[in-house]
Amino acid sequence: MRRYLLNRLWQSAVTLVLATIVVFAGVRALPGDPALALAGEDRDPESLRAIREQYGLDQSWLVQFWQFVSHAARGDLGQSIRTGTSVRSMIVSALPVTIELSVLAILIASVIGVGTGVIAAVRRGRPAEWAANALALLGLSVPHFWLGLMAILYLSVALGLFPASGFVPFFTNPVANLHHLILPALILGTGLSAVIMRQTRSSMLDALSADYIRTAEAKGLSPKAVVGKHALRNSLIVVVTIVGLQLGALISGAVVTERIFALPGFGKLTVDAVFQRDYPVIQAVVLVTATAYIVINLLVDLLYSVIDPRIRVRGEA
Amino acid sequence: MKPVLAVKDLSVTFRTEDGPLSAVDRVSFEVGDGEVLAVVGESGCGKSVTAMSIAGLLPRTATVNGSVELDGTELIGADKRTLRSIRGREVAYIFQEPMTSLNPVFTVGHQIIEVLRTHIGLNRQAAHARAVELLKLVGIPSAERRVGDYPHQLSGGMRQRVMIAMAVACDPKVLIADEPTTALDVTIQAGILDVLRGLRERLGTSIVLITHDLGVVADLADRVAVMYAGRVVETAEVHDLFAHPEHPYTVGLLGASPAAGRHAESQRLNEIPGLVPVLSEQPDACTFADRCTRAVDTCTSSQPQLTDGPHRVACWNPVRDRVEV
Repeated sequence: MRRYLLNRLWQSAVTLVLATIVVFAGVRALPGDPALALAGEDRDPESLRAIREQYGLDQSWLVQFWQFVSHAARGDLGQSIRTGTSVRSMIVSALPVTIELSVLAILIASVIGVGTGVIAAVRRGRPAEWAANALALLGLSVPHFWLGLMAILYLSVALGLFPASGFVPFFTNPVANLHHLILPALILGTGLSAVIMRQTRSSMLDALSADYIRTAEAKGLSPKAVVGKHALRNSLIVVVTIVGLQLGALISGAVVTERIFALPGFGKLTVDAVFQRDYPVIQAVVLVTATAYIVINLLVDLLYSVIDPRIRVRGEA
Repeated sequence: MKPVLAVKDLSVTFRTEDGPLSAVDRVSFEVGDGEVLAVVGESGCGKSVTAMSIAGLLPRTATVNGSVELDGTELIGADKRTLRSIRGREVAYIFQEPMTSLNPVFTVGHQIIEVLRTHIGLNRQAAHARAVELLKLVGIPSAERRVGDYPHQLSGGMRQRVMIAMAVACDPKVLIADEPTTALDVTIQAGILDVLRGLRERLGTSIVLITHDLGVVADLADRVAVMYAGRVVETAEVHDLFAHPEHPYTVGLLGASPAAGRHAESQRLNEIPGLVPVLSEQPDACTFADRCTRAVDTCTSSQPQLTDGPHRVACWNPVRDRVEV
């Protein structure tokens, strides 16, 4: 297990380095001279040179890359071109909002998705499966933004149950924080739960037809133990994979949902940065997203080995 | 002697898209205390379905009629809770595929402990100690260490031993072994049969041995029931059956087996011509008539019933003269 862990950590480190190179090269490969873009109307050679010097653009790519990496490693991601504030502080204020929203949404999605997926598999061909399937289809086909708008219209505006927009940090007021986030998380979660439900259902059907389930039944175990333990544990690999992928996607920006509920999250930061051609911010946003993916993938892989002992052995071999 | 397990007129029909499919037709047999009954026949003759129906393990598409009495308790039509309390405790199963019959994500010890805790309510330590004991009983070396292994860390033969340990954990009255050695190497098979024989001797467990391997039958069984196309066509003491098979199908089966005491090089194995009939309907005739060399007119117009006595046969024209095999 220890070797597997080290192995996986090493792989993650390599991926992170590669991601950094891609981010760096990607931003440099954007058409146009950043100095020109920064200079705006003021294009005399003197000020252009000053800008290049200020941002290190006159250095070779290798030097620039080293500076980028060494600064990033120290947590210094530069300043926003537009506002002049440090990119780091922008990310530090936006990221928790998105992480909280994503984790809440994925929790809701997992509970609903795994629950209905298991029911659909166990009650195959009976009304409960049809209901679960219909619900999933609905969840998949109704767009988030419409559902979000409807929720705001009816639950927030008409009934006043939830605030329609805004955000309160968790440490300022945990209750108000949850109150603000629960509706967007629910909206995000229902859509995702449909995907999780379909995957859970199909992998549960596989597991339920396995020989070891017949063994479990022949042992006289209760249906709860047969389904909830023997079958579910074997279908979790697929579920964890899906949940991991979705969490990654959520963190890189639940853009639409954040926009609708006016949450100052990562998705909003990204969209604003792209529209304003704020290169340092874009660069940092992509880097943070890539890191989030790598970390989540690592966690998912480690979870695999907890769920399925055969993976531990393969990793060590 | 009162039988431990008495199966009477057991019929199983499956609902399929092409209409009902009869898999087992009025099968009857009894298993005495500590007796090993072998149920033999080709693939698809209904022997596994019979085995699964005993403890109600068939899917919902199956309709089971008849009677299965375990020590006087009727199991057909019993409620789910009763069946669950009997499975693993009074009637235990060993299946053909030791590679897939154990759950890959739990240790073998856990899977044995689970049975003990479900049925006997042992606490964790006691169940663990008992699991180690059971692994020793079925001949697993360094059982204290192996109890924490996952199935993939064990060989096929060792996994089948674990299956057996799990099956006998609660000292069941009847052990149903469905092709327990079929998926294993020949060298491993003998070891598994030894374990089963030892269990019968030490624990007095009655065993229903489902197999198509007559070598296994000769090795372990006291009595044999030969099944063909969902029906029992002949039952007898094992020595009697091997020496004096009466049903033409049994004769064919013995003639097709290299393990029945003949020298393979001196004589070519015989095959039984034709195929096992499709069982969507059970005609009022002998199901073997089409393939039988001894068929007479009655065979296609009327279904033969099992005769009475220690050697029972369902045939209109049985082989009565002594057949050298």
